[in-house]
Formats: sequence, C-alpha cells, structure tokens
Amino acid sequence: MSTLEIRDLHVSVDTKEGAKPILRGVDLTIKSGETHAIMGPNGSGKSTLASALAGHPKYEVTSGTVTLDGEDVLAMSVDERARAGLFLAMQYPVEVPGVSVANFLRTAKTAIDGDAPSLRHWAKEVRGAMENLRIDSSFAERSVNEGFSGGEKKRHEILQMELFKPHFAILDETDSGLDVDALRVVSEGVNRAKESTDVGVLLITHYTRILRYIKPDFVHVFVDGRIAEEGGPELAERLEEEGYDRFLPAGTTASA
Amino acid sequence: MTLTTDHSRATADGAHSHGVVPAGSRAERKTSFDLADIPVPTGREEEWRFSPVARLQPLFSDELTGDGVAVTVEAAPEVTVETVGRDDERLGRTGKPGDRAAVTAWNAVREATVVTVPADTVASGPTSVRIDGTSKDATASHLLVHAERHSEAVVVIDHRGDALLNQTVEVLVEDGAQLTVVSVQDWEDGAVHASSHRASIGRDAKLKHVVVTFGGDVVRVTPDATFTAEGGEVEMVGLYFADADQHQEHRLFVDHAVPRCRSRVTYKGALQGASAHTVWVGDVLIRAEAEATDTYELNRNLVLTDGARADSVPNLEIETGEIDGAGHASATGRFDDEQLFYLMARGIPEIDARRLVVRGFFAELIDEIGVESVEERLLASIEAELEKSMSVITGAPAR
Ligand SMILES: Nc1ncnc2c1ncn2[C@@H]1O[C@H](COP(=O)(O)OP(=O)(O)OP(=O)(O)O)[C@@H](O)[C@H]1O
Ligand SMILES: [Mg+2]
Repeated sequence: MSTLEIRDLHVSVDTKEGAKPILRGVDLTIKSGETHAIMGPNGSGKSTLASALAGHPKYEVTSGTVTLDGEDVLAMSVDERARAGLFLAMQYPVEVPGVSVANFLRTAKTAIDGDAPSLRHWAKEVRGAMENLRIDSSFAERSVNEGFSGGEKKRHEILQMELFKPHFAILDETDSGLDVDALRVVSEGVNRAKESTDVGVLLITHYTRILRYIKPDFVHVFVDGRIAEEGGPELAERLEEEGYDRFLPAGTTASA
Repeated sequence: MTLTTDHSRATADGAHSHGVVPAGSRAERKTSFDLADIPVPTGREEEWRFSPVARLQPLFSDELTGDGVAVTVEAAPEVTVETVGRDDERLGRTGKPGDRAAVTAWNAVREATVVTVPADTVASGPTSVRIDGTSKDATASHLLVHAERHSEAVVVIDHRGDALLNQTVEVLVEDGAQLTVVSVQDWEDGAVHASSHRASIGRDAKLKHVVVTFGGDVVRVTPDATFTAEGGEVEMVGLYFADADQHQEHRLFVDHAVPRCRSRVTYKGALQGASAHTVWVGDVLIRAEAEATDTYELNRNLVLTDGARADSVPNLEIETGEIDGAGHASATGRFDDEQLFYLMARGIPEIDARRLVVRGFFAELIDEIGVESVEERLLASIEAELEKSMSVITGAPAR
C-alpha cells in the first residue's frame, strides 16, 4: 500500500514576463488502488499540477510538499520520480525522432527496474500489451510519437503505463480526441493496470464518458489553481449538467 | 516544380543564417587549373566568407612541398592501386579547381594515388585508403577513385593523426557504374585540412558520396558533383560533430548540366562547446538544358550547448522550368528540452536520454550510409563526442 500526498502545493510557471502563479494551494491524497478524477475548466491548472508532479523544469514549486510514502518527491529529479513509481500520461506526448518505440520501451523499462528485462519475456509482454491496445506491431519500429495520430499517441501512453507498472499514474486528458472504440480500448488498458498492479490513478478529464469505463472513487473540481469541491462519482454527473459556473467568482464564466 | 524551405526551427539559433543571395551565379564562378587565376583569399569572397582564412593560410602557399601524410591502401582483390606522376592523363578529368585551396593542391602535388575498379567488375569488399598525418609540414595530396563502366565498389578514405593537408579527391564514375565513396575526417586536435572532392557522373551511373567529420581544428570539404550524361544519380550524405573551437565547413555544389539526373543531399550536424562553428553551403545549379531534373537538399543542425554557431545556406539556381522536382530545407535547432523531459519522465537518466536524442537525430542518416564498418565506427564516435558534453553535466573529467 502506497500513498501519494500533496500538501498546500503552490506552483508558478516561467514566462517571459516572469514567474506566474498557477497552483494556489493544492491538497490531495491518493492511495494505491484508488482512482481520483479531476475535472475543471480550461486553464485552471490541471496540466500544471501533472507537470509539477512529474518535475517539469518550467514549473517552480514555490511552497508546499509532495511525498510518496513519506519520501520527498520534490527533491527528486524527473527520472528519479519515474523510478520511484510515478507515471505521467501526457496531454501532448512529445515526438522523439529517430528513437524507435521498441528501443525506447526497453530503455525505459531497464531504467525503471534497475536491470534489463529478459529478452524473450519482454518481447512477448510488449507484443501482448500492444495487441490488447490495438496498436499495430509496425509501431515498434517507428519513432516515438512521430507522425502518430492523436489517438495513437494516447494509446502509446497507456501502453507504457501497462508495461512500466507505476505505483501512481497521472492521466492528463488521455480520453481527449479518442473515438468511442479507442476510448473503450484505452479504458480497458487502465483497468487492466489497476487490477494487476493496484496502481493509484489521478485521472484528469473534461468528460464523464471515460468515467463510465474507469470508475472513480473520488471526483475533485479544480478551479483557479486549487480543488474547489470534492465528492463521489455523482459529482461528475452534476458537473456535466451544470458546468463550473457555481465554482467561479460571480460575473465570470468557465469558457474564459 | 516545388520549392520548399523549412524555416520552422531555423530561428532557434540567433547565429543561423539562411538564404543569402550568392554573389553571382555558380555558373559564373571562376574555375581554373592555373594558380594565377585564383588569388589567395582575404575572407571577404563569397566562398570564404565563413572560413577562418588565417588558420588555413599554410594551405594556400604555392610551395606546398611537405611530406606530412602517409597513404596506405588496402584494396579489394578486384581493385587496382597505383602511384602515378602528376602528368598521368587520367588526372584532371573531373572538373577544374574552384577555389584557391583546390588550385593550390592541384599545382603542388607531385604524384597521385589512383584506385581503379575495372569495367564490369563488382568489388567483393570495401577498399580502404588510410591517410595518416605524420608531421606538420604543409602537404598536398591527390587521390583518384576511378569506377570504370558498369563496375561496383565501396571506397573508404580515412584521415587520422595530425597534419596540414590540402587535398584533391577526384571521383570518376563512368557509365553504369555504382560507386560509394566515404571520406572520414577523424583527425587529432591541431589538424588543418582543406579537401576538394570533384566527382563526375556518367550515363546511368550512381554515386553515393559520404562525408563524416569529427576531428581536427579546421576541416573544409568542398564536394562538387557534375553530371556528364543523362540518367545519373548522386546521393550526398554528410554527418559532422563540432566541439569547442572546431571549424567544420562543408560546401557542396551539384551541377545539373544534362537532362534527367537526380540528386539528393542530406547533411546533419551537431555542435557543442564555445566557438564550435559549422558551415554548410549547398549550391545546386540546374542549367537550361537540364530538363527533368529531380533534386532535393536538406541540412539540419542540432545545437547542444550555448556558444556554438551553425551557418546553413542552401542555394538553388534554376535555369529551366522543365524539371521534375527541386527543393531544399534547412533548419537549425537547439536541443529540445521537451524531448529530454519526456524520456526522463520515463525513468531514463539525463545522460542516456541525451544520448538517445542525439543518436536519434543522426539515426536515419547513418542507416543511409550502407557501409556497415563505417556505421559502427560512427556510432562509436558519436558516443565519444557525447561523453565530452556529458562530462559537463556530470562533472566527471572528459576522456
Ligand atoms: N509556459 C507557460 N507560459 C505562460 N502561461 C502558462 C504556461 N504554462 C501554463 N500557463 C498558464 O497556466 C494556466 C494553467 O494551464 P494548464 O495547462 O495547467 O491548464 P489546464 O487546466 O490543464 O487546461 P486544459 O483543460 O485546457 O488542458 C493557463 O492559464 C496557462 O495559460
Ligand atoms: Mg491541460
């Protein structure tokens, strides 16, 4: 049983005009096996939270703490966080020309586990995971994310989640841009990972449709850099019907 | 006809230059075998404007009498090797020298190495020409690689040691021949090397010309390729990696003088360290009579650290509208930190992540070379280069 604990997290982003505060005191505790959905208007800071947890250098933590089973996550480098068991499925996965998916997966797996996976076993595991996610085997020889469609990129992110077996996975809008079939395939992948590894999931989304496949234990409403309300799955339904207006200061709208 | 320029990342490096209109057409550039026709450059000339002319000065002298390199040829059994006097009639058939370094080398040289692939013969293995720098006396050398009709061969020219070398490499690809020439500049620190490659490509002949530059203080390679009959094809591939204070310059000229020929130019370079400087100039001339020409050239530079400068200048001159395709792309970008973040977010340590990205940048190019021993060596050299920049990150001493 692991615990990821975020306490009073304040984060600024580097801009040309100087540091701009985005997160204004985030509190969140996730335990193994739990699924937390985060919903909130565009620009409210959801991706910033995800990036800050992963350690993106553009985001500066100005105060607060993040611990993984008591260990100070903020003191770790980006790769150390991943090896400690954090995984971020990115909203916009990055293209890495000239690095094949197969080589990338093997290199990452070796780094995370501390030693190289047995060749035969690994090849079989990758093939199986790709089949489950309906990723054609030809993708193994393609460059990471290069020329992938939006949906293919998202499936490639979940492929990694299944193969790397993190303790905690942050899925940043993994459902955006997926057609109905892909949404189901990807959700099944997340659920497989949940069953087989008891991973704790932080699921950032705008839509309840993914929550029909991946059942959240908790739903958090994220507004203006902090969590404005928390509840169970029923909160998601309410948000979809009512929007975010009641969480916003009077006179503003969520479409800003 | 398509004319494309990829400017998307070209502004990442403020020092990047691009698309400067050349001073006069390549068709009008002075070429000559006569030393008196081409004066010692001042550095203001179009073809020297990026070069450290002072450091190249020893190679312009008309007294290039040194004996500073040893040439060793290990030829495939089907291939013949001779040392001939400068008056041998086979020399000088691939075009005239086009700048002061080239005309100096032509006039200074006393003898030449001639590597011949006999007609209708397929060489069973690569031929290796090793050029070892043995002293710092300014030296001229001359190599002719002659692929006779319908022959096939791979020739690898390998430069090592320390030298002041002004060199001519003539490449004569006769009708129907298929030749690969690889020139590796893996000099030690201190070497200064000017090299004029002049290739002539016959009917339905194909030349793959590969240039790899890692070492030396100043390396300036100027490959010219001229088509002499229809159906010819040239693929020019280059890879370079410049460290602090190195100057690596590659100036290409493809002369589409006849119809229905095809050229592809792909050069990629990485730079690291203060005052690392690379120059790539790709001149392509499609003459009025060269209908149905198909050409594309590309140069990409990856700037790994601050203080390095990459100049990249593609020039396409088109004198006929009747062509199949003509395009170019040039881009210089900084190392992409988002790629680094993505890889590190998957647990890969920074050193390995950087290595993956840089190898990835060169990967497709290395695959194109098609000579296994060269590919392996290249990967090893890239690793060694990366060690140097990694030592900056890790604080470990450089090798
Ligand atoms: N590099 C940056 N420079 C300037 N502003 C930034 C930068 N990165 C993020 N921001 C700003 O921070 C705010 C939060 O952005 P973030 O991407 O975290 O929102 P989000 O909740 O993920 O939105 P979406 O639902 O659209 O994905 C936005 O106003 C955004 O413009
Ligand atoms: Mg976002």
